[in-house]
Amino acid sequence: MAFIIFAGFVTFVLFLSFYFARQTQSASGFFAAGGQIHWAVNGISFAGDYLSAASFLGICGMIAVVGYDGFLYSIGYLAGWIVALFVVAEPMKRLGKYTFTDALDSTFNSPGIQLAAGISTLIVSICYLIPQMVGAGVLVTPLLGLPHAVGVIMVGTIVIIIVATAGMKSTTYVQFLKGTLLIIFSTILVIAVCQRGLSTEPDQGGKKPYYDYRKIPAMQQNGTIKPAAAGFTFAAQQAHTTPQGELIVDFVKLAEKDRFTWWKVNKKDETIELLETASETIRGDGSRFINGIENNNELQLGSLVQIAGKSGKEANTGSVGIFKLLSLLSDKDTIVKRWKKAAVFSDGDHMVTLFAPTETPGNKIMRPGLQFKVEGTILQRLDFISLMLALFCGTAALPHILIRYYTVPSPACARKSTIVAIATIGFFYILTLYMGLGAMVNGVVNPLSDNMSAPLLARSFNTFLFAVISAIAFATVLGTVSGLIIAASGAVAHDLLDRFYKLEFNERQKVIIGKAAAFTVGLVAIILGIVFQGMNVSYLVGWAFAVAASANLPAIIMLLFWKRTTAASIVASITVGIIAAVGLILISPDMFERYGLMRSQAPFQLNQPGIISIPLSFITLVIVSLLTQKKNGQVAAAE
Amino acid sequence: MFHQPSKTNNPDYAVGYKSKLGILMFIIYAVIYAGFVAVNVAKPTLMEKHIVFGLNLAVVYGFGLIIFALILALVYNHLCTSQERRHSKNAAKGGQK
Repeated sequence: MAFIIFAGFVTFVLFLSFYFARQTQSASGFFAAGGQIHWAVNGISFAGDYLSAASFLGICGMIAVVGYDGFLYSIGYLAGWIVALFVVAEPMKRLGKYTFTDALDSTFNSPGIQLAAGISTLIVSICYLIPQMVGAGVLVTPLLGLPHAVGVIMVGTIVIIIVATAGMKSTTYVQFLKGTLLIIFSTILVIAVCQRGLSTEPDQGGKKPYYDYRKIPAMQQNGTIKPAAAGFTFAAQQAHTTPQGELIVDFVKLAEKDRFTWWKVNKKDETIELLETASETIRGDGSRFINGIENNNELQLGSLVQIAGKSGKEANTGSVGIFKLLSLLSDKDTIVKRWKKAAVFSDGDHMVTLFAPTETPGNKIMRPGLQFKVEGTILQRLDFISLMLALFCGTAALPHILIRYYTVPSPACARKSTIVAIATIGFFYILTLYMGLGAMVNGVVNPLSDNMSAPLLARSFNTFLFAVISAIAFATVLGTVSGLIIAASGAVAHDLLDRFYKLEFNERQKVIIGKAAAFTVGLVAIILGIVFQGMNVSYLVGWAFAVAASANLPAIIMLLFWKRTTAASIVASITVGIIAAVGLILISPDMFERYGLMRSQAPFQLNQPGIISIPLSFITLVIVSLLTQKKNGQVAAAE
Repeated sequence: MFHQPSKTNNPDYAVGYKSKLGILMFIIYAVIYAGFVAVNVAKPTLMEKHIVFGLNLAVVYGFGLIIFALILALVYNHLCTSQERRHSKNAAKGGQK
């Protein structure tokens, strides 16, 4: 069923693209849908553009794993729309035509701005494309049983077809459709979560028996840890040696009557106990075992140990209201069992990945601190501030959001469509908290890829909801990627080739160049989507926001509100912003871990560059403006 | 020819008013947002306090920021639309004379 709904949805989207293709013969039609989209439709399409894989898959996944910290992204992403509405929306519409470069360059007609802003649009679009493509791969694996790379290639191909056939018009209607469906079905999912209520033995409505991970006593004999419980025999162990030469056993493999399981060694004073881990074993012949049983389904974990001090049957709440659910989960006597990757090692020709539980009280789940160390060192707190700054400033600088201001007929329509977007997006972000927490406590979190939490939560209710939610999630990726590819194609065809290189194309040629650019950017996105497999998509988007906010926002704001801004300063600000943001990301601890190096070796110890790169871009603009005042006498008239 | 607004708009005499109003509302929201970040960094345990309907400060402040953004946006739109209408009425009267 999942496949049929999914295929039907994709077919409809492609039909829509070919239908609009006949109406898209001009450059204005291709890049800005002729400027004739109704503001209400555009508002929902904004939501469609914005509620990307990061919002739906990434945020829900992060909340499912680290609680409230994931919701910080929702708050930051929404707050960014305030900058878009109050500062950017109407001036952007008044000053530009197809791309944000038009607006930046409206008073200067400077080749430098055209080049810098065009390249910046390309880089930001590609940074934002990476998480979307990663999300595509994540979705296709459980839905269609295809490998990650195939999912990425499939999305890339469909999106290239959508964009290359009808440009912004088909993209807008795909976004509108997707935005509407996303809100409707997310609401249904949240209602279902509240109706199911909370339980310490989540059995997915009776569909999947709750598996209680076990704890047994053990003893040490001649350097090996052996189980002291009937029915288990020692099979193997994983140990490490301390610098002092002491052998420490970390995990033990036990044989039961029908399977092998892995256990974590827990020593307390003189007693030893073994805690059953969740394990994934890939054998040399490619067969896959979950907790020792051959199984191709996802590993699914996460539950409550205690609800407001109660456990077992008496803890079941039955149906709860929207406030009661959050109230119970934030209780200090509510305990959540979360699972973290504990070890990856080879056992003969078996590749073993183990996950061990940690118990976290509700009051810590429902406030920041598990992902972002707000109680940690100064650097860790700066990292948090830096992320919140980038999220606040990034929205109004995203190229695929900015180009949507050119699809409506007037500045007033740009304003109204932004307000529709805020209402829609704000409502959805409130839902993300419920979906994420729902996944966290209903035993549906796949610790190998938290991005799938929302669709897997839907599957815990019924297959139809899973199929629809997955199809929408896939459309989410399609829609956002389409918008980004249009923005990138506009940067290449309009900003760089037409305006910077002054190649004289006629309308038809401009559309052909736009389509060719869309094809190329699509290919790049496919490659990057495969390379970045496995990273949380919302986390990756946080970086894209930092790059956008550093490269574009200072130039936009200062052009609009500081009359001494010069063309040279805009070029310098964009260049410094983009180099600083991308450069700092590349030398951050998270990237060093990705390179296979130690996190402590990273020369820049913050993971989020915004707190350095955004002010640096502003300062550069001010200094260069002051230095170039007399030289070229250019003064920007903001309005 | 390629570089021009997508559609020629009527002159907007309310630009100055809207711009100032936008900045004012932006500042109000930015201060409240900064307050949220500051509380989280300075005293994160404060976020655990239950405030209303059994919800803790983190949830109330977070939801509040989302809802307040919508309220500000609606107020902004109302004031801007009123100002645009006033200006277009004045312009129409001027035209009739």
